[in-house]
Amino acid sequence: MKLPALNTKSVRPAELNRREFFKSGGAVATVTLGTGVTLMAFGGDAHANADAGKRWGLLIDVNKCASDCNACVKGCSDENGWKMDGENPETDPQWIRKVDLKHKQTGREVSMPMMCQHCEEPPCVDVCPTGASFKRVDGIVLVDKHICIGCRYCMMACPFKARSFVHEEIEDQKPNAPRGKGTVESCTLCVHRVDKGGEPACVEACAKTGHQAMMFGDLNDPESEISKALLAYSSTGLRDDLRLNPGVRYSNL
Amino acid sequence: MKRLFAITLVLFGLFLGTAQAEGLYPDVPKAVGNPHPEGSAFMRINHMKLMRHDRDDTMHNGNRDVKYSIKECVACHAVKGPQGLPISVKEEGHFCKNCHEFAAVKIDCFQCHNSKPTEEFTALLMRDPAPTADEISAYLKELRE
Amino acid sequence: MAHTEYREVTPTPAIWLIAIIAGAFVAAAGLAVLYIEEHGHIVTGMTNQIVWGLPHVFAIFLIVAASGALNVASIASVFGKIENKPMARYSGLLSIALLAGGLGVLVLDLGHPDRLIVAMTTYNFKSIFAWNVILYNGFFVIVGAYIFVQMLRNASPKLVRSVGTAAFVWRLALTTGTGSIFGWLVARPGYDAAIMAPLFIIMSFSFGLAFFILVLGTTFPLTGRFIGGNLIKRLGRLLGVFALAVLYFSAVRHLTNLYVAEHGDFERFILFSGNIYSKLFWFGQVLMGGLIPAVMLLRPAEKTTRKWVYLASILIILGGLIHLYVIIIGGQAFPLEIFPMYEVSSSFFDGAVNEYSPTIYELALGLGGIALAVLIAGIGVVALRILPMTLCDEDIDPEAVDF
Repeated sequence: MKLPALNTKSVRPAELNRREFFKSGGAVATVTLGTGVTLMAFGGDAHANADAGKRWGLLIDVNKCASDCNACVKGCSDENGWKMDGENPETDPQWIRKVDLKHKQTGREVSMPMMCQHCEEPPCVDVCPTGASFKRVDGIVLVDKHICIGCRYCMMACPFKARSFVHEEIEDQKPNAPRGKGTVESCTLCVHRVDKGGEPACVEACAKTGHQAMMFGDLNDPESEISKALLAYSSTGLRDDLRLNPGVRYSNL
Repeated sequence: MKRLFAITLVLFGLFLGTAQAEGLYPDVPKAVGNPHPEGSAFMRINHMKLMRHDRDDTMHNGNRDVKYSIKECVACHAVKGPQGLPISVKEEGHFCKNCHEFAAVKIDCFQCHNSKPTEEFTALLMRDPAPTADEISAYLKELRE
Repeated sequence: MAHTEYREVTPTPAIWLIAIIAGAFVAAAGLAVLYIEEHGHIVTGMTNQIVWGLPHVFAIFLIVAASGALNVASIASVFGKIENKPMARYSGLLSIALLAGGLGVLVLDLGHPDRLIVAMTTYNFKSIFAWNVILYNGFFVIVGAYIFVQMLRNASPKLVRSVGTAAFVWRLALTTGTGSIFGWLVARPGYDAAIMAPLFIIMSFSFGLAFFILVLGTTFPLTGRFIGGNLIKRLGRLLGVFALAVLYFSAVRHLTNLYVAEHGDFERFILFSGNIYSKLFWFGQVLMGGLIPAVMLLRPAEKTTRKWVYLASILIILGGLIHLYVIIIGGQAFPLEIFPMYEVSSSFFDGAVNEYSPTIYELALGLGGIALAVLIAGIGVVALRILPMTLCDEDIDPEAVDF
């Protein structure tokens, strides 16, 4: 057991003692098992915002979503810095999109936003060779772009077409949403906002329009607004047949 | 082996440096905020390890109150360009670029991360009168929370 | 059976010419990679819909063929068919060369080829891709060892046999892993089938042997050595059986899918829609790459010549590339079915059949992989005692009936 490899031979100034170092990154223990295999045990730190007791999710009321409204998409694009200029529709990333549906039998037409469904059993995480695609303990599925090699296997595996590959160089990223060429990306559930007690930008933007079609909250907390709504009304997860248990649920679909 | 490689790199860098008659060391632009308590020599050797450690903590545990984040690096080490605005890593004179080019070590950060500080920080930098180092430190602390 | 003498090949002008052409293709692939690296994948035909393109068709073809190129060696060492023994070294070398070519293409198409070290050191063991990294690397080691023990002076046949058996088992695992890349994708109707693994294994038998026959048939005349017509014909018959087996596994795969209502749309898309994929399927994969070569190879032996065998091998390789194109590109061109019973539309091509038109860079990269395999095999026979001086029919098996 040793600390993350600092250059022990260099003179370590008194200011960065062991205690300080621990503080900088929460209580972290790293075990190095040969080259490249590193086990990191995190925990017991008040600063860590990913809480294993929580499961963040969304409830989208399809009836309240207006077909001509794009506010959630615009909100996400502004927050996370991906462009929606439609210049290269086939290669431009889309973290969230509006889909229009028409039932083949009944003819009912609805419109709703689609994004990463933050599955409990995410296929993208299963297939990722390096572990770059991962699920946080609070259920948010992310791409660790530091170790993403850009193989796109997760895009093959995702049942929801939620992920995009960055086909071009990107400049002037939002500091909260680092993204770059050659890596895969998707909705982060605005994890930077969630970690600070906020809600995703799409939900905020939807609320501003007055449609109130999106609700964000902790699915594990029976007292949360979202849990109560899910208890009261029927809702469905997309591709429930796959038993992935998505964290995003739709009502009135 | 690693060490040998590093030494070779540095020697090569030194050779290039002298060849260009620009002196033995790269031109390291001065940061705008308070100096690192650990000392610059320590940071020079260990910055990547510190950042790497904290990035994993932020990425996987959502810990945003970390000591070493790239957001703060690019803010405090912002270098003003001809127009007085902070320059990006693509431009000559960027703090990270200066050393890394000298040492011939590729930076893998800025393909994804912005190499310029946030707009709010830029506004603070451009303020007249210029912000004190303590004000900058206070701002950076706020950025963390 | 006479003692087999192996000798390094002395490069002739013809061999140099092949080396230069292959080198040029490898260089072109290198330039294409640099260009893609510089500009991003936007310069390729790949999109957020067709995420794996032509490079993957070539890469997976080569990886599958690599495992199959080991056939002849396995038949000799594991199944004791002594008449194949003189070709066993070359069979091993070619399988290593093909795998290197395929992996080269696969790795250089990554969004971050510079992070190869990450792929080699950080594993998610739930991912079949991660396992494949281990299987591929292990293949080099085991087949390398296999060639080594064969070349050892006084190596006991027992040792050769056990290392050969290990290589045989390993390559079955490797192709199972490659097939499972697709077989384990639950979300897409074109994949998500256990039969993908055995299908890929039988494809490897067929493509790999076709490659081996062609390379054998070219290297021997080029180096002034003799290879018997019966030998080629015998390998050709085996190839014919493999070609039929590929057809059989494909038929089972599609029939199973046709039976299930939820996959009906996909099967109609691939088999009966009249689009590029159904044309490629029927004319390319089934007719050109399956039925025609099978008939050419399996008709009465006295009517067959080695030219027919070579031609059939070429057809099988082309048909194999088309087969993988239909699996890989066709499988992605069909839209994901997220909302059964709904008509879907969006700005992100939901519900739409996806278009794919590969660019010259992808083609250059793919062909570069084949060229790399040729180059490695060539360097191998020049540097090492891989090729026997002669593969005369009488030398191999004087008792054999001339068929």
